[in-house]
Formats: sequence, C-alpha cells, structure tokens
Amino acid sequence: MSELATAPAEVPADEPSEAELLRAARSRRRLRGLLVLCVQFVLVALVLGGWQLGASRGVLDSFTYGSPSGVVGQLRTWFEHGTASGSIWHNIAVTMQETVLGFVIGVVAGVVLGVALGRVRALAEVMAPFIKAGNAVPRVVLGSMFIIWFGLGPSGKVALAVVLVFFSVFFNAFQGTREVDGNLIDNARVLGASEWQVTCRVVVPSAMTWIVASLHAAFGFALIGAIVGEVLGAQAGLGQLIQQAQGQFNADGVYAGILVIAVLALAAEFLITRFERRVLRWRPTALSGSTGL
Amino acid sequence: MNATTTDAVPAIELRGVTQRFRTPSGGVHTALHDLDMTVAPGEFCAVVGPTGCGKSTTLSLISGLKAASAGRTLLHGEPVTSLDRRVGFMFQTDAAFPWRTVLDNVAAGPRFRGVSRRDAVAGARDWLRRVGLSGFEDRLPHQLSGGMRKRVALAQTLINEPEILLMDEPFSALDVQTRQIVQDELLGLWELTRPAVVFVTHDLEEAIALADKVVVLTVGPGTVKDTFTIDLPRPRRVQEIRFDARFVALYERIWTSLRDEVRLAYARSAGADPGAPTKDATPSPATATTATGFSAPSEPATTPSDDAEVH
Repeated sequence: MSELATAPAEVPADEPSEAELLRAARSRRRLRGLLVLCVQFVLVALVLGGWQLGASRGVLDSFTYGSPSGVVGQLRTWFEHGTASGSIWHNIAVTMQETVLGFVIGVVAGVVLGVALGRVRALAEVMAPFIKAGNAVPRVVLGSMFIIWFGLGPSGKVALAVVLVFFSVFFNAFQGTREVDGNLIDNARVLGASEWQVTCRVVVPSAMTWIVASLHAAFGFALIGAIVGEVLGAQAGLGQLIQQAQGQFNADGVYAGILVIAVLALAAEFLITRFERRVLRWRPTALSGSTGL
Repeated sequence: MNATTTDAVPAIELRGVTQRFRTPSGGVHTALHDLDMTVAPGEFCAVVGPTGCGKSTTLSLISGLKAASAGRTLLHGEPVTSLDRRVGFMFQTDAAFPWRTVLDNVAAGPRFRGVSRRDAVAGARDWLRRVGLSGFEDRLPHQLSGGMRKRVALAQTLINEPEILLMDEPFSALDVQTRQIVQDELLGLWELTRPAVVFVTHDLEEAIALADKVVVLTVGPGTVKDTFTIDLPRPRRVQEIRFDARFVALYERIWTSLRDEVRLAYARSAGADPGAPTKDATPSPATATTATGFSAPSEPATTPSDDAEVH
C-alpha cells in the first residue's frame, strides 16, 4: 500500500483514497476483460464468416472444404435423425465410455506404479529400461495390435487409451514422488509414521500437484486413444462416424464429428479443472494460470 | 564427562561417534570425528559450532534417521537402531504438512501412532491452546506467520510427549523480536514435560539463554571442543537475561572458545586453507542421491495468482 501512496507520477496533490484506487483498478480490469471477449468474438466471426462466404461464392470448393452451414446441417441430421450406426447419443456414449474407462484405468495404473517406483529405488532401477522402451514405442500403432487381440468391440479402444494415459501419468507421478520434500518425510517418520503411512499420508498428497497436472493431458490422450481405435475399426463411436464421413468424402461430416469431440473434451477439461481446484485447495498459489490456459 | 561411572543413566550418550558420507563429487567427507557427548534426563543442552561442523548430523544420529559410521549412540542406555518413539525432532525448515490444517498437523503424531481420531483431535486442540494458537485450528500452514508456524511445529512435536527433544536451529528463520518471544514460549513448554533437549544453533546468545549446558564443536570434522555449564537461575526471561552480568561473563568465556573455530571455518569456506580436507561449503548427504534416469515430465504449472493491478 505504501507504494501506492508514494508513487508521485500520476497522483495529484489530493491523493485518492484506497477505495477509489481499488474501484478504478476493478473497472479497468473489467474493461480489459470485455475487450478481450470482443476481440475473440470478432476473430470467430471473421474465420467462420470468411469460410461461409468463400464457400457460397465458390472460392472455396465446398465439396472439399465443406462450409459452416453444411456442418450445422450435418449436426442437425445427426441429432434429429440419427446416424448410420444408431443415434448420435449412442455413438457419443460409446466413445465416452471407452475414453473414461481408459482414463480411469490408465490413471490408476500410472499413479500406483509411479509412486511405487518413486518410493522403491531398487524397483525403479530394475524397471527403468523397460519403461523407457515401452515409452519409445509409438503407441498409436498398438491400436492395430489391439484390434487383432480384442476385435472391433470397445475393449481394444479402452486398451489403447490406457496405454496412452499410463505413460503421461506415470512419469509425473514418479517425478512428483521423487520431488517430495525430504523434511516432510523425516518429520512424519519421527512423528511415528510407518513407511506405508508415509506413502499414503505424505508422499501421495505431496505428489498430487504433479499428478493432477498430468490429468489434463491424460484425458486428451484417452480421447485420442478411443477415437483412433474407432477410426482403425469399430461398430460405433464418434471416430467411426468420422471414418464413415471420410469414406463418403463428406467434409461436413468430418468437421461435425470433430466439433462434437471438441465439445466433449472441453466439458471434460472443465471437470478436471474443478477437481484440480478441489484437490489442491491448500496450495498458496493458483495452479492453472490466470490466462485461462 | 565421566560417563562410565555416573549413577543415573544419561538420556543421550554419544561415544566415539564418527560419521562419514560420500560427497556428490565422489569423495568421502567426515562430518563428525570421535564425538563424545552426554545429556542427562531433563537437561537442556545447546550445541554451538561453526557452519558445517556436523551439528545437524549429530541430531540425525540421535534421532535414528541416520546410522553412525563408527561409535555408539545410546538413548537411556539402549543403542539406537531405528527411529525411537521417545524422540521428538523439530526441523530447521518448516516441516508441517502444507495440505493439512493446523489442527490436523498437530494431531498427525498421535494419528500415526494409532490414537483414535477423536482423542488425537482433542489432544491437538489442547496443545494448540498451550502454544497460543486457539482459533487458528482450521488455517493452513501457509496462512500463518513464521512465528506461528514455529509454534505449530512445537505443538506437533510436543504432543507426542517426547523424552528427548531434538531441535535443529528451529528459530533461525525468525526475526530477532519474534525469536525471543518464541524462545520464552519454548522454555515455558519445556518446563511442563521436561524432556532432555539437544538444541543446535549457531547463535551463542540463544544457546546460553536457553540451555543448562553449552557444547562447543570444532570446525569439521566436528568433535567436542569444550563443554560449559550454564548456571543461570530458572525460570529465565530470554529478553532480560542477556543483560545479566553472569550471562555476559559466560558469553565471553564461550565465545573465546568458539571464536577460533568460527574463524577457521570462515577461512576454509573462503578457500584460504589448502590444508583442509576436500569438503563442500555445506555438505548435505541428502544431495548425494543420483537420478534414476527417467526423462523429466511436464512440470506442474505454478504461476502466481492474478494480483490486482493497482498503480
């Protein structure tokens, strides 16, 4: 506060009160927020309007590039009349089921193994080359393998999602475990904690910062796993819808599928951010920065 | 002193303790060499010495967090093999669990030791009252001031009613005024249960004001140089006792002993003594851990919260 009072540049002879300064700062921030929103709106309008204009004027071939109105029409068809592989809701449910299942299994496996390897040095030394080798395999190609193993049903997609999620969570859980303040562990041990209690009550809560940070990316990976699995071969799901649209050279269908997936991903991101806020309430600084990214 | 023939078994006994560990650069560092020290039950013993003389290592050995390379460490006549339930340890840096409320932090010890949640919380409330933190039960550690955090740490340690209390420069991070207040509080709490205390500090005033006995360690490898009995009457008021004539006399005597070690340590850290063994400025065995070789993952974003732009 003393800084405010002593800043001589703009302050006139009669110093403004604290309340006035705060009010001015608040209104400036609100104005700024409004401005950002306006620019964002203009950007969207420019891109979509330009696309639509280009498509209707024939500058952009609407067969190849589609058009916004075409995408809206496709979405209306899907939601009102269903798709070739059942109602759109059924397809969404299939994809989400695969994604969420893959996400949960991958996260649990990643956290358990990450914490275990982070805590038990010998285990980490033994496992390190295998984990590195596993991480080096381009995982999307495993999708083909899983189709051979599990067929066209959802299990193969879940497996692909699990593999993708596992590594992203594992490395963060491992690193988070290694970064736990040694003082906290010593303190817990002197206070009477067993090794198991140290793991559950000190290491895991402390590593939570790292684990939760990986969940954002991990959900994206789960979605990628499910969709790629469906594109490779499936009976239903959003990836399969996109695959169908591609087969029919239906550009609008591809965009519509992408749009539905993006909405789902954003909804999931919102839930994860809320979870993050809840779990990391104790942290003195906010986590996901103030830029909204 | 004449340890083999004392009638009462000392609370803490270190006999010929030597501690070596590998430095990150691959050398061997001797932190303690042939250290002898005893602390009677209920005695408040302060350990002073120059930087890097192995003061903190001594506490790690007594607590059982580390094992000595050679020599014997005895608590109440029994050798230390692992962590001892009778020991409490207050660390130099904040070691309260940042995700737990003040109340849960203080209740942690009894909870770890299998006390029911109800009893642990009741005990924690009681201890928070004793350290003057009633009303702050639901705060998180980072919401407290430095002095308050120290009091949480005190309550967290003392709730286990340790017979042996180890303190590693616990108040070094506090400003002078706050430190004196917390020191007085420590003495008040110590009188309640009278554990044997080993209080490591580099602040000689603090050592004399608090302790019954001040042990001066030599520059590393640390060993006992001198032991001084502090016969100032109790109860003491830390703020005032410094002006006592006896205090000043003791200070001068002990400082004479400590001064040479401090100068030697300074000369070494400044690189002026080529005869000194290879050692790092602040040797810490914890940094000797090597990476297991996994690639670094994405770090959690720790951007500060948006602060008000007021200009």
